[in-house]
Amino acid sequence: MFFRTAWLVLRKDVAIEVKSLEVLTTTLFFAIACVLIFAFAFVKNGQAPEDAAAGILWIAIAFSGTLALGRTFERERYAETLRALLLAPAPRPALYVGKLLGMLALLASAELLLVPLIAFLFQAALFSRPLLLVGILAGGTIGFCAVGTLFAAMLVRARSRDVLLPILLYPITIPVIIGGVRGTAALLASPVDEPSAIMWIGILAAFDVVFVTLSLWTFEPLMTE
Amino acid sequence: MRKAFGPLLLVVAIMFVVAPFLIANAPYESTMGLIQKIFYYHVPSWFAMYLAIAVCGVASAVYLFKGTPIADAYATAGAEVAVVFGLCGLVTGPLWGRVAWGVWWQWDVRLTTALLLELIFIAYLMVRKFGGPGAEKLAAATALFGTATAPFVYKSVDIWRTVHPNTNVIPTLKPSMGGPFAFSSLAFLLLCTLLLTARVHLAKRQMTVDEMYLAYEDQS
Amino acid sequence: MSVDFTSVQLVDVSRHFGRRRALSRVSLTASSGDILGLLGPNGAGKSTLITILATLATPSTGEVRYGDQPAARLGPALRIRIGLLAHELHLYPELSARQNLAFFAQLYGLDPRSTVGPALESAGLADRADEAVSGFSRGMRQRLALERALLHRPRLVLFDEPFTGLDDRASGLVADRLRALAAGGAIVVLATHDLDLADGLVTRVALVRNGKLVSDEPASSGLRARYRALIGAA
Repeated sequence: MFFRTAWLVLRKDVAIEVKSLEVLTTTLFFAIACVLIFAFAFVKNGQAPEDAAAGILWIAIAFSGTLALGRTFERERYAETLRALLLAPAPRPALYVGKLLGMLALLASAELLLVPLIAFLFQAALFSRPLLLVGILAGGTIGFCAVGTLFAAMLVRARSRDVLLPILLYPITIPVIIGGVRGTAALLASPVDEPSAIMWIGILAAFDVVFVTLSLWTFEPLMTE
Repeated sequence: MRKAFGPLLLVVAIMFVVAPFLIANAPYESTMGLIQKIFYYHVPSWFAMYLAIAVCGVASAVYLFKGTPIADAYATAGAEVAVVFGLCGLVTGPLWGRVAWGVWWQWDVRLTTALLLELIFIAYLMVRKFGGPGAEKLAAATALFGTATAPFVYKSVDIWRTVHPNTNVIPTLKPSMGGPFAFSSLAFLLLCTLLLTARVHLAKRQMTVDEMYLAYEDQS
Repeated sequence: MSVDFTSVQLVDVSRHFGRRRALSRVSLTASSGDILGLLGPNGAGKSTLITILATLATPSTGEVRYGDQPAARLGPALRIRIGLLAHELHLYPELSARQNLAFFAQLYGLDPRSTVGPALESAGLADRADEAVSGFSRGMRQRLALERALLHRPRLVLFDEPFTGLDDRASGLVADRLRALAAGGAIVVLATHDLDLADGLVTRVALVRNGKLVSDEPASSGLRARYRALIGAA
């Protein structure tokens, strides 16, 4: 029942998104705009400062992720469908998992675009160690989405939810950003700093485990009034 | 605790009056001179902040899972006191840094971690204020995640810092410094406990008033 | 493990938000075959009662019992016996009627092939089944939401203002449906401020004002007069 419910929620979200592709296209466009703003802010004499590419990548992921989270849960707020989901006879954390998987798919799509774009704009050799890059991206994105999905869900019925989400989310996901940026920077160093990258993947994985577990625990008490 | 509050308040007041004398008589640290003595306020502020954060984190967990209203009172008290002592630490830290090393902010690992924790607990207070009805639970989740994130923040900032120049913030303690340091720490921790108690007492009073309003409504 | 019950009981239930009292020491029982009408002015606490019965909110004090078991002990399996139709309708506007019903059918572990078709017929939407719900009128959405709430044949049927936006004929159909459900053994709890529709439909009446249960009695003639006497002008 648990995984079936999560899968049903995921499939439903994909079905809704596919109809208009609204959240996907606007998130992608926002991510690109983010990258360009930071590029113009930091590039001097046609050269970006060292490690700027890593930082810009993760800032774009964080900002567009926050936007996507808000928009996705706004959909559930519209006809209070989140309440209907909470009435399902499955354990309520299954809904969290379904939503989390949807967000991961969304951000992964954004990253599929962002990574080549940044490699292109900043001449960053991001693809020299593809497996490690995927590891860093996965570790960081899962951590960010795990906390983000929980917070966005719990804020659905709150006042000032649009501004509260970034206020709550950014300080708590700083370790993820640090891990993501330093891990990506390690891959961009010459020569490639593999031990560092692997270490950061480990830290991110530990973070992910703790925060997904904590979210599963707290989801039900947070969603009941 | 009610009966002990008054006497303990007196004890803390006396400790804070006596402390400057002890600190003035403590030996000077070799490289930094007088400014190093701010350390007797700076580090105990962190101790007090961590105590308050621990109280907030535990109380938030209890409130979230058990729903006991008094746990919410402790959580609010913990967050408010943590923000206050955090502010003390975040003000004394740069003051020290400016005079000792010439820069206001050094991305020192402890200072940065404390800044992030401060932000998290300020966010806690903002959620309570602006989140509308039911915001107490949301804030409790923030505190829980914030407290859980603290070790990760410390570790990542620590490793992140190795990119920056390494500055030794807490010098090794000479034995004769240990006495005043322990005294200051005790004074701050005691002050923290007293502030927490006072704040919880205030929250309990507010809860009583709310109950009286509710009882009055029940009557009519 | 299957959960079922023939009565639902609120035992001294209160719900407050700080200083604001939403419900005050409400004790009620509804049994299989009852159509319990929760009547009262706006803001009386009817919606809060429905939310608590639906396990979407927990009472500040007191207990809710399904059969003789408290909600906490029954776990998620309890929810397969509960159906809720609230003011918000809980339909995804981007999806079609068929997709909405299929999703909820699968969520409740039902086979969509055998349940969605009949539900669409019953709602009178079979010919518009594949259009997005966003294009439906309020009445059409209400009919669809009704079917959605009853897909899994719940034991406890909770309706919060189900007659809003419905014309005479449609309201009559809903009322007939409720009677049929009660006759089939369901516990129907209906919150409404429409006294005319409630009159003749409900079998028990619970009058709520300012979060308090003012009266709880079997339905009799002269509902409006009784309401006026206990609560004031309707």
